[in-house]
Amino acid sequence: MKEIVVLSGKGGTGKTSIVGAFAYLAKSKVMVDCDVDAADLYLLLQPEHGEEHEFWSGQTAVIDGAKCTHCGLCEQLCRFDAIHDLVVDDASCEGCGFCANVCPAEAITMKENLAGHWFISKTKYGTLVHARLGIAQENSGKLVAMVRQQAKKIAEESGIELIISDGPPGIGCPVISSLSGTDLALLVTEPTLSGQHDLERVIGVCRHFTVPALVCINKFDINDANTRKIEAYCRNQGIDIASKIPYDSKVTEAMIHGKTVMEYNPNGAAQHIEKLWNIIIDRLGG
Amino acid sequence: MIISVASGKGGTGKTLIATSLALSLRNKAQVQLLDCDVEEPNDHIFIRPVIDRTEAVGIPVPVVDEAICTRCGRCAEVCAFNAIAVAGEYVLTFPELCHGCGACSYLCPEKAITEENRETGVIESGKADSIDFTQGRLTVGEAMAPPVIRKVKERTNNDGVAIIDAPPGTSCPVVESVKGSDFCLLVTEPTPFGLNDLKLAVATMKELGIPCGVVLNRAGNGDKNVIDYCESEYIPVLMTVPLDMEIARLYSRGITLAEGIPAWQKEFIGLFDKITEIVDERNRCPER
Ligand code: SF4
Ligand code: SF4
Ligand code: SF4
Ligand code: SF4
Repeated sequence: MKEIVVLSGKGGTGKTSIVGAFAYLAKSKVMVDCDVDAADLYLLLQPEHGEEHEFWSGQTAVIDGAKCTHCGLCEQLCRFDAIHDLVVDDASCEGCGFCANVCPAEAITMKENLAGHWFISKTKYGTLVHARLGIAQENSGKLVAMVRQQAKKIAEESGIELIISDGPPGIGCPVISSLSGTDLALLVTEPTLSGQHDLERVIGVCRHFTVPALVCINKFDINDANTRKIEAYCRNQGIDIASKIPYDSKVTEAMIHGKTVMEYNPNGAAQHIEKLWNIIIDRLGG
Repeated sequence: MIISVASGKGGTGKTLIATSLALSLRNKAQVQLLDCDVEEPNDHIFIRPVIDRTEAVGIPVPVVDEAICTRCGRCAEVCAFNAIAVAGEYVLTFPELCHGCGACSYLCPEKAITEENRETGVIESGKADSIDFTQGRLTVGEAMAPPVIRKVKERTNNDGVAIIDAPPGTSCPVVESVKGSDFCLLVTEPTPFGLNDLKLAVATMKELGIPCGVVLNRAGNGDKNVIDYCESEYIPVLMTVPLDMEIARLYSRGITLAEGIPAWQKEFIGLFDKITEIVDERNRCPER
């Protein structure tokens, strides 16, 4: 089984639209949305309501006012500044349990967090596994690991050989969780200074976790000079540029209509995405 | 006053708005810009600060003195993150998993644990013109952004106007960044993705009790759903930036709206005045 993850470092480079197009192009696959913090892929793939599961992870301290003797030890020891006037601020509590372990009155208990939900949905392009992290919850990468694991299970059970995953932005926990152990990372960037800067950092992460990377420059024609810089940088790093996709307003229009760009307008950017997909298939096969 | 700039989803123009706001206000107030998007800090590209202070940040991780340790296992028992384990003759630490809570060293009955700082990022401060600038940078390969964000925020100066550029999303790094703000500007675009992510961001701010307003970016070829949503939720749309090739080109070269098209400075000052009004109003009747 092969697993490809699409990352971008910076948000808004058109990553999800490209993944949506892949969903249309790939024949047999399981789709995963690893952006559990702002999952958007389902808006393009328009799934029917499927299975929904709770995701419990992490803990928060709760002080029992009736038992507390106001000794102040918990407040003094908490390193996350989460206890003020003997009240725990849920948003700051790291769930370390230090306070509960030291409280002389045993007034502190740790309660489990309902950290989010994950879903298995049917779409006309195949199965989509996605999730919704609860508000202000820690995106530790555990929910990402969970959706990937579920996708793998489904693929194994139904003899599917490919998993396509839409990765989260950034370079921290959730990205590491979506990237580690995959066969290929497609890095979607755009020719802006920030796009380039973030690409360099995400290439660093791929290297750190020894995942081979391919780059795609989306909207390459909005700044030719920057496109050339990105090309030179990638050449230096020994990373291939698999595609340069021109700016095409149909990509956004397709999204507004809740369709993949392949269906909405198969000319323009869509043709480039199709070629890109063939290159990826080649890579994964080799 | 602390104003944070956030968006449920990345790439909506958060950086463009935060940096333009800072540049537009610099002659009106003492402005500080804090880039808390420590995974991908970009503000520096636009305001080109001179960095004169760099400080490493890290997490205090345990170091066990094997000569004193009795392998009692208490440390492993209290660690909520499985970052320390006792296996037969060995005490193993997994520094990448450690949150630096301090429980193990405090609770070790033999006082066998000391702490050492494990560097996970840097904080850089300097000046861009008259703007005080601070940014955090998570080291590539590191997972935990919040400790770096906390350090950036320690440098907040509440005397003038502090503008915080928050990371995208709604999870803990965002909460860590916007916590304590007087107001949060949510930058979005008029598309289904933009709307979906805006709803999540609004829910986050509600949960934190931070008043918010919307900046609609790349308005033009989208739909009306974002505006309708804001109306129905009584969230003010404070500014609209059109979808414009010139703005996109300036952005791609690392030039802000306020600098590239100076007429926009007036708009940003107007935006700031509206925010001040909302915050003042709220302070007068906090029950609202
Ligand atoms: S440590 Fe326990 S008894 Fe002391 S203040 Fe905290 S909750 Fe109360
Ligand atoms: S569990 Fe940890 S972070 Fe939460 S309040 Fe207790 S000591 Fe602080
Ligand atoms: S608690 Fe202290 S003595 Fe016990 S195993 Fe851990 S380090 Fe060793
Ligand atoms: S400091 Fe806290 S998180 Fe780190 S090893 Fe010790 S108990 Fe675990």
